[in-house]
Order: sequence, then structure tokens, then C-alpha cells
Amino acid sequence: MKIGGKPVDGWTSVALLLTAGYLFMVVWPLITVLISSVTNADGFSLDGFATFFSSRLYYGTLFNSIVVTVCVTVLTFIIAFPLAYFMTMFRIPGNRTIQVLILASMMSPPFIGAYSWILLLGNNGLITRWLKDIGLEVPSIYGFAGIVLVLTLQLVPLIFTYLMGAWRTIDVSLLEAAESMGMTGWRRALKVIMPLLLPTVLGGSLLVFVRAFADFGTPMLIGQGYRTIPVLIYSSFIGEVSVDHSFAAAVAVIVIAVTLGVFLLQRYIVDRRTFAMTAMRAIEPTRLKGWKGWGVYAYVYGFLILALAPLVVVVISSFRNTLYGQFVEGFSFRNYVSAQRDIVRYITNTFSIGVTALVLLVIVAVLVSYLTVRRKSALTGALDTMTMVPYVVPGLIIGIALITAFSQPPLVLTGTFAVMVLALAIRRLPYAVRSTTALMYQFSPSIEEAAVSLGASKIRTLVQVIVPALAPGILSGAVLSWVTIITELSTTLFLYNTSTQTLSLGIYAQVIRGQLGTAAALSTILLLLTMLSLFLLMRMSGGGKEIRI
Amino acid sequence: MTTIALHALRKEYAGQVAIPDLNLEIADGEFFTLLGPSGCGKTTLLRMIAGFNSIEAGTISFDGTVINDRPASERNIGMVFQNYALFPQMTAAKNVGFGLQTRKIARAEAERRVGEALESVRMSHLKDRLPGQMSGGQQQRVALARALVIQPALLLMDEPLSNLDAKLRVEMRDTIRQAQRAAGITTVYVTHDQEEAMAVSDRIAVMNLGVVQQVGSPAEIYRHPANRFVAEFIGKTNILERDLVRQDGRTLVELSAGQRLDVTDLVGPSATGKVHISVRPEAVKAASSGLAAEVVDETFLGSHSQVRARLESGDIIEFLEFSRRSALWTQGDRVFLEVDTDQLTLFDAASGVSVMRGAGD
Repeated sequence: MKIGGKPVDGWTSVALLLTAGYLFMVVWPLITVLISSVTNADGFSLDGFATFFSSRLYYGTLFNSIVVTVCVTVLTFIIAFPLAYFMTMFRIPGNRTIQVLILASMMSPPFIGAYSWILLLGNNGLITRWLKDIGLEVPSIYGFAGIVLVLTLQLVPLIFTYLMGAWRTIDVSLLEAAESMGMTGWRRALKVIMPLLLPTVLGGSLLVFVRAFADFGTPMLIGQGYRTIPVLIYSSFIGEVSVDHSFAAAVAVIVIAVTLGVFLLQRYIVDRRTFAMTAMRAIEPTRLKGWKGWGVYAYVYGFLILALAPLVVVVISSFRNTLYGQFVEGFSFRNYVSAQRDIVRYITNTFSIGVTALVLLVIVAVLVSYLTVRRKSALTGALDTMTMVPYVVPGLIIGIALITAFSQPPLVLTGTFAVMVLALAIRRLPYAVRSTTALMYQFSPSIEEAAVSLGASKIRTLVQVIVPALAPGILSGAVLSWVTIITELSTTLFLYNTSTQTLSLGIYAQVIRGQLGTAAALSTILLLLTMLSLFLLMRMSGGGKEIRI
Repeated sequence: MTTIALHALRKEYAGQVAIPDLNLEIADGEFFTLLGPSGCGKTTLLRMIAGFNSIEAGTISFDGTVINDRPASERNIGMVFQNYALFPQMTAAKNVGFGLQTRKIARAEAERRVGEALESVRMSHLKDRLPGQMSGGQQQRVALARALVIQPALLLMDEPLSNLDAKLRVEMRDTIRQAQRAAGITTVYVTHDQEEAMAVSDRIAVMNLGVVQQVGSPAEIYRHPANRFVAEFIGKTNILERDLVRQDGRTLVELSAGQRLDVTDLVGPSATGKVHISVRPEAVKAASSGLAAEVVDETFLGSHSQVRARLESGDIIEFLEFSRRSALWTQGDRVFLEVDTDQLTLFDAASGVSVMRGAGD
């Protein structure tokens, strides 16, 4: 049987099924948000948008968010570029370990950064009190400065790993050619290397932009009076300001418009300047001497200390004694012991929800990437585009969309295990599909044809040949997905109840309730879980190379 | 034991015709090669036979049964790919055993057959290696064993040697030929390398632009090319454009001023007008008399030299010299050339089709 010259087989049904699933689970909920943004009780109305632009209290948050995001995006690049440059060009003691630690700081739960900087520099923070004792007044960590500090430290590693990956593709002969023409040092870095890295930089910067723009936990914890747009969405949806869902939906639509605009702009720029490069000879790092060497070491190690400080602080704090949630003198295991019932519940939920979401995610990612690589058609093209949707839609809005679409009969999913799994899988799918697609492209179609020619059915070919051959890549991708699933906060914020509360949701709830000791203990456990997963990833063959988030 | 018949076969890609109308018959046990430049449709045709490409019109039959709609997995074919296509996560033995597993052959029986298959390509000692730990030649041997072990009705090979270095290529083509002979399996082989094709094939189909130009044994194709494309694609040749002259019931061509060649017994009775004459390099040799020519250059290649010389007509002729002259000829040396009339082929200048007696008419 043929349609349009292409054979119709089981894969067509799979494509149809996945498309239907996506339309129902992702596209439809987002459409309900769009509809809800332009309607009120009486039908069509732009009141939501009108309200937003009528008060500085509201549109000011958009302005705040854009200022924060632009600052963070620029700062991360300014900090990460020299970092990557030094790590590639010069021999730095402990290079490999530094890279792993920077990676670990990137993978740590995002809002832990904000929380532990409060522990350090907050009103009652360690450093604040210490400086007060010697008579110094520190500027407040709360507000704009704190958000920028935390997000920058959080996101530098992201663009750093992008840059390191791209740097590996630059052949040393390019640098030697520049040198032979008399161009060295910083001038060479800016005139030769930077333009070559531009597509990567833009790709990484887009991610930084989207992440910083959509981040909810950090401004919620450390922003105080400085409200960003995700905080506004949260509070208006939860009913702190007003129980106006059409307003929250309107703000969500504005956010999506901004991220989509940035995404398209980045696409447009990258499409016109991509360079195909493979390094025959990679850059050989040189040894530095004298003050230059010390300067470089100070920069690299200094950043490392700043990036790791929050993690160390959280772990230490978890053993400090607390009274009514606040830290007091002395160390013990009390934080862990007193919260043990919660801890067990959180961990159980994290694993049961996380693993289910992961399995769903991996299966869908394998199917979608197979379809888009091997069965190119209008249908699979549309499917590929749809899987990318959550890439530009912040997690908070995915949560809102799911709640809007599935909170009334016939399908009530709010508060269920299923909706948590669904939300996490949807959130992570664009990344998983991308990495699996890259694997699939490297996999020769003739291997599949060989299996078919030997009499294997389609399902047998997939299960016995394709998946096992790609297993190492799929597995390391899955570990990365796992780490992001267990540290995800904003997507599930609207969807959980006590029976589906995970570790990261638990930490958030404890911080908001002022139970700092319990929060530190939970954070330490989550951190430990993350580190164990990353350790596992490093031990897997070729795992270290796959790291992209 | 399979014969293959391709009838009025047509292939299109997005409206572009790749193969307009193709007919071929392949005999049982035959080693049949599809030969042509890249883009000629040979791989497309092979993949249609395998079941990986759709068929827009016409039929493919195995033993008289049309198999157009039979999926690739049920055609009972063994296929060898250019990039080997071994399953990277399976050892050599597992790769070879895969087709037996899908055929639900009992374990003991399967193990015995895998052992024999690996033995036949001299790979038994590496049966536990993964593909990544084998050289290209070793991988292709395993791939061949994997295709043969299932005792397929038909063996298909898509440029299996083109990723190997020159020396291995010669060695592997002998292995392939021996294995095919021993198994007696009908084989369709695709290559763009005419020397390889001549070395392994019983018969060759020369293809260009989706059209079969000529089908025949290697010797037939080389000695009696059906058209100018085949003459130039298979081996080297010199092409001279001349007029056929009918005189006193004889047919003559004037190779050089005053040097007329009698081709009455070569060309068909209807041949007339302008022709292109294909002169193989080995059909020309230096002599004490004959066509006067001036040497352009001589390239020493060890066992022989390759000489280019300009005829008085201005045409440049390339030929082979086996002489043991101590010094090479240099530009401007005067030589005389003798042409072996029996090794010439004449084509109609306009159509490029052979006008030789018995060809095409």
C-alpha cells in the first residue's frame, strides 16, 4: 500500500498517535491559555492585557524581567568567555576536576543558589553578621542585585560548557595562521575565535535568556520588592493579587511572545552564519608563568569558589541547629531527624514521579526522533515542531496551561500523579528529542536496512538493533534528563498536592514557611542525589561528552 | 535457486524520473553486475530489488512470481552494504547469527551455521570482536558471512569494496567470487569500478541515466561495446571522427592523409556518413611504417609506457609501449603507428550507436 509514493506502515500510526497526544496534551492546553487571555465571563475581551498595561505595578515587572535577563545574559558571556578561553589555552592544574565541578554547580537545583546566598548575605546571613561585627555595612542582597548575582553564577556554567564544546572544533592551525600574520593574544581571541564561536554563543545565550527570563524560584526567594514577570504570573494565578485567570493568562501570552521572539531572532542570526569545522589537531594548552599565570589561576579558581559556595553553605547549614526555623548555635543531625517523615515522602515521590516521567520521556523521544530522522514527511515535521514548543514556553506557563485545560470534567488531572509525570515529561522533551535526534542522525540507515534484509520486523529492528546500538547515548541523555527532572520547580508548582510533593517542591515549601533548617537538609539530600547521578554519568562510556542541558 | 525478471520498471523521485523503463533477466546462480557512473540509477535499481525503494511502475519477479508488494524482510535476500552496516553492539558471531534468529533456527543448528559461515570468510578467530574492533576488510568479511548464512534466494551487494584500500579490494573481490561460486547464489552486484566488475562478473549491465546501455559478458562488453558511452566507460579508448567512404563496393575510412583502412568486413551494410572510431590503446603499436605521428609525451609506468602522439590529422592518440628503449621518447620525436583493425569499433557519429556488423541490427 502506498500514499504519495511512501510506504505506509506501523510507523505512520505511531506518528499519528504521538501527534494526537501532543495536540491534546501540549497544544490544546496552550490554546486554552490563549483563549482565556482574550475572554472574560462575558465573552471576548482584552481586559487582561488592558489591566497589564494600565498599571506600572504590572508592566513594570516585564521591564524588570527584561533588565534582569539582559544583564544576566551579557554578564554570563563576559564571565564565561575568559573562563573558557583560559581553560582551553592554558594549562591549569586540576583542569578536568574544575570542569566537573563547574558542571556540578550548573546541575545543582536552581533555587538553592538563591536560598544559600540569603544564608550568606541576607539580613541575618553569615557574612552579613560577621561584617557587622567588625563595623561594616553590606549592601542588601535582596532585589535586583541578588537576582542578577544568583542567576549569573547559575548560568555561567551553561554557556561555559557550550563554549568548551565549540572550542574543541577549532583547529589549532587557524590560530597558528592568525599568529603567522602577526595576530596574537586578546586581539586574536576577539577577531578570530569569537566570530567562529558566534553561532554557539548565540545558541547558548538564547538558553541563558530563556532560563533567566522564565526563572521563578530565584526572584521569588531573593527578589522581595523587585518583582519579575514569572512572580507576577504566579501571584496573580494563585490569587494573591486577584483571582483573575484571564489576567494571568494574558501575562503568560506576553511572556511566550517575548521568548518566541528571541528564539526566532536567534534562529535567524545563526542560520546565516554557521561554520562547518572539525579539528584535525585540537588546541594544545600552554603553561603560564609569572603574574599572568597567577591572574589566570585567580580568575578560574575564584569563579569556582563563587559557584560552589552556595552548595557548601547549604550542606553545612543542614547540620546547624534551628529554633522555630531559624539557625542558632551548634551542630547536629536534628534537621534530618525531625523531618524524616517528610523526607521519606518527598524522596518516594521524587523517585516514583521522576522515574515514570523519565521512562515516558525516553520512549517518546526515541519514537519522535526516529520518525523525524527516518520517516521525513509533513506529519513528522509537524510533530518535530510541536515537541519543540516547550522549549520557548516557560515551565510555570506549562503548569498553568495544564491546570487550565484539565481542571474541569471530563478530565480532571489537577493534583494527580499523572499530571505531575506529564508536566515533567513535556517540559524536558525538547531537550531529550534534540539529543536523541543527533544520535539518530549519526546512525547509518543501512544498519537498519541490514536488519530488515535479514528478515527482522520493524518492531524487532527497533528493539533489537536501533535502541541497543544507541543505548549509551540514550542512557547518558536520560541521566541528564533525570537530573533536570528532580530539580524542576516551576512546572509542577501549580500541579502538586501533599501526596505528589517532590523534594524540590518540598524545599520551596519549607523555605516559604521559614523552616530554613529543614530546607537545608532537603537541599543537601537533593544535591547528593544530583551528584550521584552526575557521578554515574561520568562513569558511563562517553557520558562526559554528551553534557548539554 | 532464483531467476529474476525486471519488466518495464520505472522509478521516480518527487516527479523526477530516475529509471524510465528498464528490462532485465538474471539467470539462476549468475553473478550479475550493475555498472555505471554515479547517479546512473544502479543503486536505485538494487534497492528496488531489495525492497527498500518503491516501484512506480513495472514488475520485479523472483522465479516468475511478482514480488513488488512483498516487504523487504520477506524477500529472503542477503544484502552487503558499502559501509558494512554491522550492528555495532553485537559481536561478529551475533551479527552473523541475527538472520538465523529472525528465522527461528534452533540454537545448536544456528551456532553450527554461524561457525561455518565465519570459517568460510576466514573470520572464526575474531568471532567475539565487536565491529568497532575490526578493520574495514574484516568487517566486510563478517557482513558477507551474515548475508550468506541465511542461505538467501538472492545476494545483493551495494559497492561492497569501495571503502577498502586498493590491495584489500583485490583480495576481497576474490573472496566474494569464491563464496558466491561455492554457494551458487544468484547475485546482483553494484559497482562503479569497471575493473572490479570485469573481475567478478558472469554478466554486466552497463547503465547510464537510468537506462541499460548494454548487457553482456565482460569480454563482450569490452570488445564489442554497443555504443560510444560503453566504449569510453569500460577501459580506455581513443575516439577519432572520420567519414565512411564507399568505393568500388568496399567501405573505407581515411585515418590519416593517404592512409586508408578497409573496414568493409567490420561495419554493417547500412553504415554511412560520419563515424566515431574507438581505438583501444593496446590496438596501436609503434612500427617501422604506418601512420606518421609526432610524440607529445611518454610516461614511464614500470612494465610499460603510456605514450601520446599527434597524428598528421591533428588527433591525439594514446597507446601502450612495452619496448625496452633505454631513453624515453620526448616531444617532437617522429614515430610510425600500426593499428590492429580487428580491435576497432565504429559508432554512428550522431547517435553514438555501434555500426558494426551484427550489432544492434
